[in-house]
Amino acid sequence: MKALVSVKRVVDYNVRIQVKSDGSGVVTDGVKHSMNPFDEIAMEEAVRLKEKGKITEIVAVTIGGDKSEETLRTALAFGADRAIHIKEGGEVQPLTAAKAFAAVLKKEGAQLFIAGKQAIDDDANQTGQMVAALLDIAQATFASKVEVDGNKAVVTREVDAGLETIEVDLPAVITTDLRLNEPRYLKLPDIMKAKKKPIDATTFADLGVTPGAGFKVTKTAPPPTRSKGIVVKTVDELVAALKAKGLL
Amino acid sequence: MSKILIIGETADGKLNSGVAKVVAAAQAIGGEIVVALLGADVSGAAAEAAKLDGVSKVLKVERAENAHILAAIYAPQVAELAKDYSHVLFPGTAFGKDLAPRVAAKLDVQQLSDIMHVHGATRFDRPTYAGNAITTVEAPAGIVVATVRLASFTAVAAGGSAAVEAASTSAALPSHTRFVKMEAQKSERPDLQAASKVVSGGRALGSSENFKVIYDFADKIGAAVGASRAAVDSGYVPNDLQVGQTGKIIAPELYFAIGISGAIQHLAGIKDARTIVAINKDAEAPIFEVADYGLVGDLFTVVPELTSKL
Repeated sequence: MKALVSVKRVVDYNVRIQVKSDGSGVVTDGVKHSMNPFDEIAMEEAVRLKEKGKITEIVAVTIGGDKSEETLRTALAFGADRAIHIKEGGEVQPLTAAKAFAAVLKKEGAQLFIAGKQAIDDDANQTGQMVAALLDIAQATFASKVEVDGNKAVVTREVDAGLETIEVDLPAVITTDLRLNEPRYLKLPDIMKAKKKPIDATTFADLGVTPGAGFKVTKTAPPPTRSKGIVVKTVDELVAALKAKGLL
Repeated sequence: MSKILIIGETADGKLNSGVAKVVAAAQAIGGEIVVALLGADVSGAAAEAAKLDGVSKVLKVERAENAHILAAIYAPQVAELAKDYSHVLFPGTAFGKDLAPRVAAKLDVQQLSDIMHVHGATRFDRPTYAGNAITTVEAPAGIVVATVRLASFTAVAAGGSAAVEAASTSAALPSHTRFVKMEAQKSERPDLQAASKVVSGGRALGSSENFKVIYDFADKIGAAVGASRAAVDSGYVPNDLQVGQTGKIIAPELYFAIGISGAIQHLAGIKDARTIVAINKDAEAPIFEVADYGLVGDLFTVVPELTSKL
């Protein structure tokens, strides 16, 4: 069976974000980008399922401009067999992305759609759920453990109160949480091999997706800064300061 | 005028405390506020919701299939209810984040995540890039489906008396998703997301045994216990204690970051805390940049001393 894994090129998680002074967005030019960390976990899980013989083919898919090809090459180095590049620049909101992924999932006849739980740029946490809704298939979000058995998957999910386990029929959508796995370190021979693997290009139009109305960003601002704090020397000083403010 | 439907979260028959904060966000939007609760028996939670100030009606959507919270089961029912409303709001919890996008896609509308400020019925602020950029967005025409960032709103009081009505839907429910089990982390301490004081420990604690100094201090001041991702990944505490971009976003009156360096992802979870206290032996740790009070020192001497002096 086939698994489709979505990956996104985002500003690297270690970068200190700068908001543009005109409020039009954040500075992304000349800033290090990499694969969204949750998508690395999704790729790793797909590769592990393939190593266990649960899936036979991994197809990585992304939506983005030309530079997103780097992210697909990374996915191929992880172990994806081939990749699909939905070439659309500019901002793509989750429902539009989900419609494109759902179309690919259907076309490929994949039984699993594995995605990160959220992208660390828009922090939306929506796309996987929307893919599942559009196809009316099961969803297992925030997964910390996945066991695939035949045409079913048993997934442990990280919820606020602890861990919840659900069973879903395939096809299904799984979104990955941080503790699902530790993504492997990519080796040079795999990175070289990835250069030869095929990437097919497509577009929203090819997939029959029309981006509908979305949220319009009118302003982007830095968060309010906190006033400079005080460094105290002793525990007594700290206790006195907190008591003076009525906090203890 | 706006008609706002809030999808309330319940657990063990009780209303989640976050719902009172979602009501506050709904009041900021303005209009009629209806709370819908799904479950097998939600009468207790419905009575609690009916008391929340500003709520005009509580709908109970009770059926055996709703006994466990499963987004695939809830979404078709919520989507059907949503058709009569201008806004559908969910708490920004694991429950809301799992369910809201599925409902929005069924309604064929984009969804807004983590409303942190309401400018008007269609204009909102939300955080992006782990809270390092605040984006103001204008919603398109149609139903606004959104989750509310609980840390950004103050719970409404419980002085109301709304009517409670049974509601039903004709939505067909799928059979592809089944509940197996829930392993809840039981704790006598205050709930992390609702607590006014939180004491968090980080990697510097070194072991789960050493976390005792954090628990002892938290218990002394009646605080909830939290942790950084590093402490969770190292297995010192269960992962539902994680505070940060990928864990819980909290806004207590008083936050103690103990042995936590202050990575961007952690700061995303505590930026709205009223007062932040950092205890760290590294004077250069980024946590000191956001702390209102900082103390440079070894936590294993400082924290027990702090506990003993309170």
